[in-house]
Amino acid sequence: MSAVKTERAAKRREPLTNTSLLMLISVCIFFFMYAAAIIFMGDSGFTKPQMFFDLLNDNAYLIIIACSLTIVMIGGGINISVGGVIGLTVMACALFLNGNGIENSFLSILLTLLLALGIGLAFGVGQGFLVSYLDIQPFIVTLAGMFLSRGLTTILSVNPVKVTHAGFLELVKTKIKIPWLGYTAQNGNLIPAKLEIGAVVALCVVVLMYVLLRYMRLGRHIYALGGNQQSALMLGINVRRARFSSYVISGVLSGLAGFIFLMHKPTGNASVAMRSEMDAIAASIIGGTLLTGGVGNVIGTFFGVMILATIQKIIGLSPLKESYWQDMTSGAMLGFFILLQSVVLSSRGKKMKLPDWMKIGAPKKTA
Amino acid sequence: MQNDAVLTMRGICKRFPGTMALNHVDFTLRKGEIHALMGENGAGKSTLIKVLDAQNAGISTVYQEITLCPNLTVAENMFIGRDPGKSVHWKEYEKRAAAILDGLGIPARPRQELSRCSLAVQQMVAIARAVDMKCKVLILDEPTSSLDEKEVEMLFKLMRDLRARGVGIIFVTHFLEQVYEVSDRITVLRNGELVGEYAVADLPQVELVAKMMGKDLNDLADLEQVGQKSLGGQEVVYDARGLSSSESRPFDFSIRCGEVNGFTGLLGSGRSESVRAVFGADRVTGGKVQIKGKTVKISKPHDAMTHGIGYLPEDRKRDGIIADLSVRENIILALQVMKGFFHPMSRSQMEKFADEYIQALQIKTASQDTPIKSLSGGNQQKVILARWLLTHPDYLILDEPTRGIDVGTKLEIQKLVLKLAEENMSVTFISSEIEEMLRVCSRLIVMRDRKIVGELSGDDLTQGHVMKTIAGGEQ
Ligand SMILES: Nc1ncnc2c1ncn2[C@@H]1O[C@H](COP(=O)(O)OP(=O)(O)OP(=O)(O)O)[C@@H](O)[C@H]1O
Ligand SMILES: [Mg+2]
Repeated sequence: MSAVKTERAAKRREPLTNTSLLMLISVCIFFFMYAAAIIFMGDSGFTKPQMFFDLLNDNAYLIIIACSLTIVMIGGGINISVGGVIGLTVMACALFLNGNGIENSFLSILLTLLLALGIGLAFGVGQGFLVSYLDIQPFIVTLAGMFLSRGLTTILSVNPVKVTHAGFLELVKTKIKIPWLGYTAQNGNLIPAKLEIGAVVALCVVVLMYVLLRYMRLGRHIYALGGNQQSALMLGINVRRARFSSYVISGVLSGLAGFIFLMHKPTGNASVAMRSEMDAIAASIIGGTLLTGGVGNVIGTFFGVMILATIQKIIGLSPLKESYWQDMTSGAMLGFFILLQSVVLSSRGKKMKLPDWMKIGAPKKTA
Repeated sequence: MQNDAVLTMRGICKRFPGTMALNHVDFTLRKGEIHALMGENGAGKSTLIKVLDAQNAGISTVYQEITLCPNLTVAENMFIGRDPGKSVHWKEYEKRAAAILDGLGIPARPRQELSRCSLAVQQMVAIARAVDMKCKVLILDEPTSSLDEKEVEMLFKLMRDLRARGVGIIFVTHFLEQVYEVSDRITVLRNGELVGEYAVADLPQVELVAKMMGKDLNDLADLEQVGQKSLGGQEVVYDARGLSSSESRPFDFSIRCGEVNGFTGLLGSGRSESVRAVFGADRVTGGKVQIKGKTVKISKPHDAMTHGIGYLPEDRKRDGIIADLSVRENIILALQVMKGFFHPMSRSQMEKFADEYIQALQIKTASQDTPIKSLSGGNQQKVILARWLLTHPDYLILDEPTRGIDVGTKLEIQKLVLKLAEENMSVTFISSEIEEMLRVCSRLIVMRDRKIVGELSGDDLTQGHVMKTIAGGEQ
């Protein structure tokens, strides 16, 4: 009998956790926005699936670094060096591809990829060590990392470096064609939808990181760490190692993002991915990650990136296409989301009129 | 006899800067016994436990403060950090957690987020985690201070079950009755030194208190003489009609000059929420408030303070201490706010005030400059009490001022409250211990389900009457 009761207790639907609620909000807003764009701006291409794929293609690197920031932020940290690491990786890889002289083009590309991951790993390990084992503020450590990586990029080359490696350029052109999502052009030719390899990699990263955060011990330790560090320690969690790992993962992902960036635009440049760390933070927050740690989810982050990208696209296609309008709408969007989050979170559990699925039993305070 | 010892410690010493927290302490725990560890605040109980826990061999500990992660689910809090596997098996966690919670009768669901549980349930979850670790030694450091009577009973049943299974339990508490209810043996510490180990039957309560305090008192009755209750004068100091806040329903309440009254009721009956509304600690949503006959508006704590109201919050972790500031700074804080920051106090004045209250409340600290976080739990509580006493408000609200405080000091605090009332301060006193309330309050307001259900004074102030009103029998 008790077993039956137990079973039922475990099955009972729980109210959404803060993490899933915030994620759900951003997913809904994305679909709402995209639907609105299809209805009102359909003739500028939003009706075609290719528009969606282009958003993915153009923002693959951003999706990857946004995931990497989400992981660090869930652990209660921050990493603002990701953009700099991308810049450095792109430049280093471009130079390496042009100058290595290895006959076998596959081997050459593989080594380039390893170089990219290696640069990311080095930054991740260094920053992670300083933050976790020497207890230095993550903001300062990664600020230093940002300056260092940008500086190194300029040392490598002041001028833009175009990739000339034939094999790599072949790779850049390789696209996955999906005919049934294509459309027929005016001359009657079928133009298939095209997805870049980078976009596929980015989607894989989202899935992998989701699994890591949800089903792996390390991921749960990062959540615990962000929830309450002191408690995490008392629960027997190796807090330092968990935090260190989160920075290492973040670093490696930044290196990977650099490689993906180069596959999208095969030119190294000192200002590559400038400010992208800020976009990544914004995307994480829009996706429901709290800066205070312990709450967040990479699926939400993915939609955060897509929301930002869609807004920029919409503004770019509208009469207000100057870049300051894009900045201002992104800023307004971020402000709106943070407001929404704090209103939703603070009204949960209070006696306010909320839909049932948002409600939770009022947390019983003592006496 | 010594063979069934599961844990033996000999000559344990622990030194902190300025204090010898433990000085050659011996301690033995036997298989299947509940062993109470007793002593005044700062005697070294928690320190001894921490030394023990560092050994980490089949020992699990539930600490004085809750140490779980609020953003994780109940089930995850029970298993995280001790599952050697690389991946998380949610289904299995949830099933096992449900079985354990069910078996222990803990009213929590495995998939509930921990922050949605009451403090008491969180405490029980911490115990459930410890129990599931199949430990040979279970340590409970003041587990009952935030539990109500029913929950304490539940916990005791759990402890007895574990004892029957051969687990040795170390139990720290300041509630003497609880010690006599469940324990088999008592070890007494004083000032970091071992006083002795006794079988419960051989040590009457009076002697236990004497051993803890290091004074030979003739009998407990002598100690019980707290003082004359104060009925208060005629002038009404504070009067609220239909006061309500985001957390409490509308209620009427008033207090006269020099009166000591109290709110009582079960945990969750709304007694804390009521006084928080008075102080403006929650969002006030309605009602009319008069102070000394003048209508005033109190919507935030600062308003209340400028009108001469002081408030000692129940949750010292959340609302009380500023961990990195020194004892002196923590004591001075409220007075400084009241005076305004443009009227700084001189250093010598601050030192004098701090000294005065460290003396009066017997706060055990190495010096005034010690950061408050290195004080023992009970002594932190005393510092916050001192903070509010120092401001000498016209009306002082004390929510659980004696939680986690040892018997001797408890009585000192009760005496102090009555003395303040004689000096015309009005005091509202809230405590889970009805005896304590009966000793100091001349009027008790009884709450149930967030409503005032009765008011007792004069001859009605007996334990029986109060219990009946709380339970909701005939009135
Ligand atoms: N981290 C620390 N740094 C300096 N002193 C400390 C530290 N921790 C504890 N102490 C001191 O050690 C002594 C013993 O403290 P302990 O916490 O063991 O007392 P306790 O018996 O548990 O008291 P309580 O009943 O108030 O919880 C106290 O005088 C305290 O000030
Ligand atoms: Mg203690």
